[in-house]
Amino acid sequence: MLIFPLKPQQASTFSVAWDHLFYFLTAITVFFSALIFAAIFIFAIKYRRRSKDEIPRQIEGNLKLELIWTIIPALLCVVMFVWASRLFIENSIPPAASTEVFVVAKQWMWKVQHPEGPREINDLHVPVGVPIKLTMTSEDVIHDFAVPAFRIKRDVVPGMYSTEWFEATSTGRFHLFCDQYCGMGHSHMVGWIDVMPQDEYARWLTSQMQAEPMAAAGQKLFNQLGCDSCHAQTGPKGPSLRGIVGQTIRMQNGQTRLVDDAFLREAIIDPQPIAGYPNVMPTFQGQVSEDQILQLIAYIKSLGGPPERKGTKP
Amino acid sequence: MSTATVEVPALPEVHYLNVNYGWRSWLFTTDHKRIAWLYLVSITFFFVVGGVAATLMRLNLIEPQGSLVEPATYNKLFTVHGLIMIFFFLAPAVPTVLGNFAIPIVIGARDVAFPKLNLLSWYLFIAGGGVFLYAVISGGVDTGWTFYTPLSTTYVNTNVLSAAMGIFISGFSSILTGLNFAVTIHKMRAPGMTWFRLPLFIWSMYAASLIFILAMPVIAITMVLIMLERIFHVGIFDPALGGDPILFQHLFWFFGHPEVYILILPSMGVISELVAAFSRRRVFGYSFVAFSSVAIAVISFLVWGHHMFVSGQSIYAGLVFSALSFAVAIPSAVKVFNWTATMYQGSVSYDAPMLYALGFIGLFTIGGLTGLFLASMAADIHLHDTYFVIAHFHYIMVGGAVMGYLGGLHYWWPKMTGRLYPETWARLSALIIFVGFNLTFGPQFILGYLGMPRRYAVYPPEFQALNVLSSAGASILAVGYVIPLIYMIWSLRYGPIAGPNPWGAKGLEWETSSPPPTHNFHETPIVTEEAYAYGARQEAHVA
Ligand code: HEC
Ligand code: HEM
Ligand SMILES: [Cu+2]
Ligand SMILES: [Cu+2]
Repeated sequence: MLIFPLKPQQASTFSVAWDHLFYFLTAITVFFSALIFAAIFIFAIKYRRRSKDEIPRQIEGNLKLELIWTIIPALLCVVMFVWASRLFIENSIPPAASTEVFVVAKQWMWKVQHPEGPREINDLHVPVGVPIKLTMTSEDVIHDFAVPAFRIKRDVVPGMYSTEWFEATSTGRFHLFCDQYCGMGHSHMVGWIDVMPQDEYARWLTSQMQAEPMAAAGQKLFNQLGCDSCHAQTGPKGPSLRGIVGQTIRMQNGQTRLVDDAFLREAIIDPQPIAGYPNVMPTFQGQVSEDQILQLIAYIKSLGGPPERKGTKP
Repeated sequence: MSTATVEVPALPEVHYLNVNYGWRSWLFTTDHKRIAWLYLVSITFFFVVGGVAATLMRLNLIEPQGSLVEPATYNKLFTVHGLIMIFFFLAPAVPTVLGNFAIPIVIGARDVAFPKLNLLSWYLFIAGGGVFLYAVISGGVDTGWTFYTPLSTTYVNTNVLSAAMGIFISGFSSILTGLNFAVTIHKMRAPGMTWFRLPLFIWSMYAASLIFILAMPVIAITMVLIMLERIFHVGIFDPALGGDPILFQHLFWFFGHPEVYILILPSMGVISELVAAFSRRRVFGYSFVAFSSVAIAVISFLVWGHHMFVSGQSIYAGLVFSALSFAVAIPSAVKVFNWTATMYQGSVSYDAPMLYALGFIGLFTIGGLTGLFLASMAADIHLHDTYFVIAHFHYIMVGGAVMGYLGGLHYWWPKMTGRLYPETWARLSALIIFVGFNLTFGPQFILGYLGMPRRYAVYPPEFQALNVLSSAGASILAVGYVIPLIYMIWSLRYGPIAGPNPWGAKGLEWETSSPPPTHNFHETPIVTEEAYAYGARQEAHVA
């Protein structure tokens, strides 16, 4: 038994693919380092100075060699670039069937909300074998959601949503670190990912008694904040929000925007004029927290049905 | 000192160190060689301060819960360590000490192009350093050397303003130094010293000067923007004020990446000199090495986004930055291969400067290759902001740049002082530094791969063993740095007289006396041969 591990745990689908790339890069590093070290040692010993006034034969250079040691590394670089970029791109889009979880970071803790309602702090329970998509934002400075066992990491930036995803392949507890320096408590901003068997996870979800689903909490907020006075189906002032998610809408300045999480967040914090409506939506910046915005969004997303408004196109 | 028949060299009667005495003759000097000494003393002081901060950090990390200081203090330690080592030690080290001393002599000039401006640069450096030290003493600053927003502009309440001010001021020092060197290299070369007869040190310094001139204004502006947002709450970077935090990262790294080449390029130049002198060989593939410096300088301005792969930058931008980062690796590799090839069939001696040079080549190779992990977008996901990055850049900056600086300092020391340092001690400490360095930073590659984040004052216990190993290595490294400090000072007085050319090296600086006269040469030298013309009869072989 070693006193320290030499390899991080491998607990997600991505970590397997990542490790292959890492081994390849390590092999290249070891090979070229060994080559240079060996050359240095051999030359230093074989061609050591034997007399004080020794003048060796002079060699100007060698074009063929220069080409060889430019082209071979360049080709290897192309291989690394293509391999790593493909892996990055493939992994940047979460599978369509992902379960969503929402993360709000603040100095110095992780707040997690599950759509079904449970909320956690510095802890995230997930089922094994299910792709999980995290939608993350920060209330203050930049943080970073990193899980070494899954080989994932993504900055959590105030004022925007960033996403990352993973599919755990083994159950257990894995470290969650904040990897972006975020002030005094940075090194205390650690938590755990609890990967559970699927049935156990289902029991865990239902055992969180008081939990209110995010959409339901969002609906309450929607009424409390008076959104419904303008956005009720019959309301004259604002557009109906039914079925808008995923639609493309026209703004007053002629641009079109896709309605996604980021757009909805912006519509609440910093509303922009939309074609066909009076420009009356007030800003809610400072009145709703990032957690509440996520709940409002969950509610708006839960309003299914065909879009019932002018100006949208699929 | 081999046989008894060797004539005992004597110091020249009048040289730049004894033409006049008194503090005025130093603080108002415009002699580039004396200004080099002013810098040498100042940056050594800063190196000690930065080193003390590093020592405290390594002590703290011996135990997972932090054995020495509170996290708030730890955060100040790494911020101060990073800022001092980058801005007040390493960036000025080779250029302002070795560059100032050697550039004019090596190209056969009497001084730099603007001697008074050169002195002004030093005063600006001291002013900036003073303001920065004030920030440190009056409470410290804890933003990390990267000053990421909105943390630095809205959330921390330490001395961000004075720290930023210190960097702002010292930035002008670097700009003026860069300007001075670039003009000197263009205009002051001795008759016959054509561009392709220049020693490669000059090519590197020229490339680094260009980066100074182009990159330092960007950091100066960025510091001003930080101050504006902090004082007047102008919404530039903080989203709560309508700003964009990612914009800051673009600005910072647009400066920051070229900055790391400011740190390494001058040392690369030194290594070319050392490898040539101690192999008695013209640098293999001279023009490839020369142009690779220029290529590095140019490409280094186009790769800043590789620090932002996981920050929310678009994938397309990431792809371009990744590709260009690989591109910058190639000229670096070309240099390593050419240095190594220079030793082939050479006459290799093991004098201390050469040991440093060999250490540089090995450690820079590892640092550069591990950079490829970080240039690979997917690999960077897991490694970014972990100890892997810390290990990578220390291999480049300490294993590479600092080794190059120490090698160069030993190489030109006899010229600067007229005396030799004790060779055995010097070889020993080069060895100690090499071993201590690898013990300190080698384990950090593994730590980063295991996932230990950087800038952690406390950490989970499973990382302890490697951290203890690293701290143990650091204590060896510290010994390696203290020994030269002692024997260098000793040699000022007691070192054997060196004579004009103790290494039997080629180059104009070895043709004048040690120490040189104030105007470097009694007669303007005329250059008739290329650099490193070691061969008695100059035959161009194509082996
Ligand atoms: C005073 C009436 C009013 C209130 C109150 C109001 N809105 Fe709006 N809202 C509007 C109008 C009008 C628009 C169209 C944008 C525009 O042109 O300003 C709009 C646009 C939106 C949109 C843009 C999506 C789309 O359909 O194009 C969202 C999302 C939205 N509102 C959510 C909310 C939420 C959530 C609340 C409560 C926190 C709220 N609104 C409160 C009037 C209102
Ligand atoms: C000699 C030149 C050196 C330079 C230029 C240098 C540079 C840096 C920089 C830029 C950082 C990042 C600071 C930050 O994250 O804000 C850093 C961090 C660090 N350095 Fe150095 N360093 C040097 C020497 C050393 C030495 C000799 C040691 C060990 C004895 C050391 C140990 C550390 C440690 C422990 C960290 C903090 C890692 C973290 O918590 O993120 N450094 N250094
Ligand atoms: Cu953090
Ligand atoms: Cu960079």
